[in-house]
Amino acid sequence: MPIERVNDFVVRFANVNGSGSASANQLFAHAILRMGVPVAPRNIFPSNIQGLPTWYEVRVSEAGHLGARGGVDLMVAMNPQTWDKDVAAIEPGGYLFYDSTRPVPKSRFRDDIGVIGIPLTEICNRRYTDSRQRQLFKNIMYVGALTALLDMDVSEVEKLIGEEFKGKDKLIAPNLEALHIGRDYAREHLACPIGLRVQRADAVGDRIYIEGNSAAALGALYGGATVCAWYPITPSSSLAEAFTRHCARYRVDPKTGKHRYAIVQAEDELASLGIVVGAAWNGARAFTATSGPGISLMQEFLGLAYFAEVPAVIFDVQRGGPSTGMPTRTQQSDVLIAAYASHGDTKHVLLFPEDPAEAFEFGAAAFDLADRLQTPVFVMLDLDIGMNHRLCRPLAWNDARRYDRGKVMSAEDLEAGKDFGRYLDVDGDGIPYRTYPGTHPSRGSFFTRGSTRDRYARYTEEGGPYVDNMQRLLRKFDTAKNLVPRPVRRDAEKSTRYGVIYYGSTSPAMDEAIEILGQAGHQLDMLRVRGFPFHTEVADFVTDHDFVFVVEQNRDAQLRTLMINECGLDPVRLVPVLHYDGTPITARFISRAIAEHLDALKLTPLRKVVS
Amino acid sequence: MTYIVKPKFHHPALPKNALGYTHRDYEGSVSTLCAGCGHDSISGAIIQACFDIALPPHRIAKLSGIGCSSKTPTYFLGQSHGFNSVHGRMPSVLTGANLANRDLIYLGVSGDGDTASIGLGQFAHALRRGVNMVYIVENNGVYGLTKGQFSATADRGSKSKRGVTNTDNSVDLVAMALQLGATFVARSFSGDKVQLVPLIKAAIEHRGAAFIDCISPCVAFNNHPGSTKSFDYVREHNEAVNRLDFMTPREEITVDYAPGTVEIVEQHDGSKLALRKLAADYDPHDRLAAMAYLQERAAEGEIVTGLLYVEPESEDLHAHLETVEVPLNELGEAELCPGSTALAKINASLR
Repeated sequence: MPIERVNDFVVRFANVNGSGSASANQLFAHAILRMGVPVAPRNIFPSNIQGLPTWYEVRVSEAGHLGARGGVDLMVAMNPQTWDKDVAAIEPGGYLFYDSTRPVPKSRFRDDIGVIGIPLTEICNRRYTDSRQRQLFKNIMYVGALTALLDMDVSEVEKLIGEEFKGKDKLIAPNLEALHIGRDYAREHLACPIGLRVQRADAVGDRIYIEGNSAAALGALYGGATVCAWYPITPSSSLAEAFTRHCARYRVDPKTGKHRYAIVQAEDELASLGIVVGAAWNGARAFTATSGPGISLMQEFLGLAYFAEVPAVIFDVQRGGPSTGMPTRTQQSDVLIAAYASHGDTKHVLLFPEDPAEAFEFGAAAFDLADRLQTPVFVMLDLDIGMNHRLCRPLAWNDARRYDRGKVMSAEDLEAGKDFGRYLDVDGDGIPYRTYPGTHPSRGSFFTRGSTRDRYARYTEEGGPYVDNMQRLLRKFDTAKNLVPRPVRRDAEKSTRYGVIYYGSTSPAMDEAIEILGQAGHQLDMLRVRGFPFHTEVADFVTDHDFVFVVEQNRDAQLRTLMINECGLDPVRLVPVLHYDGTPITARFISRAIAEHLDALKLTPLRKVVS
Repeated sequence: MTYIVKPKFHHPALPKNALGYTHRDYEGSVSTLCAGCGHDSISGAIIQACFDIALPPHRIAKLSGIGCSSKTPTYFLGQSHGFNSVHGRMPSVLTGANLANRDLIYLGVSGDGDTASIGLGQFAHALRRGVNMVYIVENNGVYGLTKGQFSATADRGSKSKRGVTNTDNSVDLVAMALQLGATFVARSFSGDKVQLVPLIKAAIEHRGAAFIDCISPCVAFNNHPGSTKSFDYVREHNEAVNRLDFMTPREEITVDYAPGTVEIVEQHDGSKLALRKLAADYDPHDRLAAMAYLQERAAEGEIVTGLLYVEPESEDLHAHLETVEVPLNELGEAELCPGSTALAKINASLR
């Protein structure tokens, strides 16, 4: 039976990268959004510039499910290289859209799907002579055909084309023409619409549609970052590039044309973090953006920044590791390396945004936290939220908000004779005062070093002062527990002995999984961890339940390890649910894994196992 | 190891500079390096230079990496902020510090292991970018703290204290600095304070990347026959191409050399360098000729010293990045945060 669904399906475009398909595919997704129907697009791309397979998946969901769903209802198969795999991925009753210019043998189709062929190449070759035009307009043409097949409002696509080419008005008419060639062909030759349809709705509201990397860069802009040092690495490069664009727009002195920012593309990640450490030591707000391999290289500087107590902000847009791993696929596999970065006894503050809105919020807050705590702060994004457009609540800023520059002694303080000990815990929170270089002619200078020292920053190799300092650093980390974003708890309607902990980009899949599990009669309380060190609520949540599932996108259950290690929790009660093949985690996966466990648990209740 | 603070009292008749500071105000704590170490002479030269040009001590930041040389910032300018960072990475920390506050003077102190071995990349890139700094390498060709291993500036064929011959080619930091676009390049010798002090003063006043390669013999591990970085060897092979007198913008020109032998170079801030030529055919404004000259002389076994290259109208990284005149670390919400109205517009463009 052909699938019949309105505003609830998955379209996947299979393309060759470098063919100009990305903007056409984005246009398609954006047009659905403009019809008031939420979409969640995802790029699945190779580490390559041109010629390899790339996919763009659009989940259309009026219900607002923004996680990856798994399965494809309509495959737009534009890449002969991946044909067989693409055809196999279609759900039974789904649809295959393809370029029928060259005949495809019947054996390479399936009987249980609807097949829609349009001779796109032929139409293009007839209309255009230039080869690049043939390629680019073919993409717009299939978007046109899809508007007819899915019963979309073509005027939304037309409006978007107008907006996109504003200022390059010459390009508007040819794009509109290609759009209508595709649309008209479909209407004349095919049964339109098919079983999948987009119907105007009002389910988007005031939400915005933005990539997490761009939102995080806006967070750095609003958070007052003035120095950015970075080294290109997928999937974080677009964060530094977005910051560069935002600064060019909002940080140029209108009178002089001079820049209120300094961005350096460094020679490697070591230098990137070195520049950040130097700038932050000298009182500027500074950050770097990187991914796992960069974090590996930054270990030494992270230890220095921890021990010398220099505020540094690191955006880690995670990808699949180890080593080069899967550079263009998503994972949450840097949790442990970030939490315990560097040799010796170190611990670092981590923030886990779930979407671009939190990437903005935490991106700005990270600078206050770093200054307040005088320590490195990581904002842990991943490729799934970093490099994909995601629907989220609008970004918000309170104009009354002031930057928290932390404990900094001024020239006036020093002149007044305040006792300055760089590593002196005057307030009992483990956080000492610092001075910026050049503050006072004769007071407040100190020597920063990675080797040990006493409370007044004087070099010493004595055990006593070393331990004293290390204990103070622990107190400071304890202070951080109440400063990082608190976990968000959402209890099931009925009381339950089971809970689930998750974080970061897993959110939308988790929300949907809870619905699916609820329909199957499984009740679970939810806790979304948003920061490390863990707030006491995290351990409380675990002790409130017999079993807690910890859902993660890595192999080794890294957050679970961190919880066991930091909160002294019983590992038996923490059941890992792990997805790490590089694709974003899905509600189907989570609900299936949890349901299987719960069914197994019903056979051997906890009390019996323990007694 | 202990930390020795020098007593504060001093002779009441100690001379004072234009700011009313004495020499003692530019000193640090007592050196813990070996007696006779060349590095202590360089620390002394830095103190002398800063005293002479009446630099407010708190307006200079001293940064270093790891090693004997990198320990020395503790031994001078006790009233300045210092940063003993990680091995070979001083240049990046200094670059960041400089970006945060363009108004301070940045002094980077490093060694040959720190710069030419582990830190070669950062050295190169900081010079490429034209970071406004004084970068001094205290070059002894050997690792001291780890007891006498060769560093990357040890000459091929030179012998270690244990009698091992170095078979690797050496890194010529001056040649690299010239190639990478440093706008002030000098080489000196820790045993020649008369040459070194004016070079440091001129480097401080220079805008842009100023690099001084200072041969500084290691008395413990590299001062024996067969070493090419020993006091005796360097004295025998030292060929100064010029002598420098440095004058602050306020000073009158008081050079009394024979006419035609002295060139006055004025830097961006009005400070003047009086260059007395020793090698008649040496032109410190011709980068390519300097590179060729140095390679030729090095092949002859000479250690060419002096002010090897200077670009008086140089630019620095801030000029390239077009940063505002106000130090970035002084900007607040009003200058940095676009506010909620702008954010509402950004939101509207994302629907």
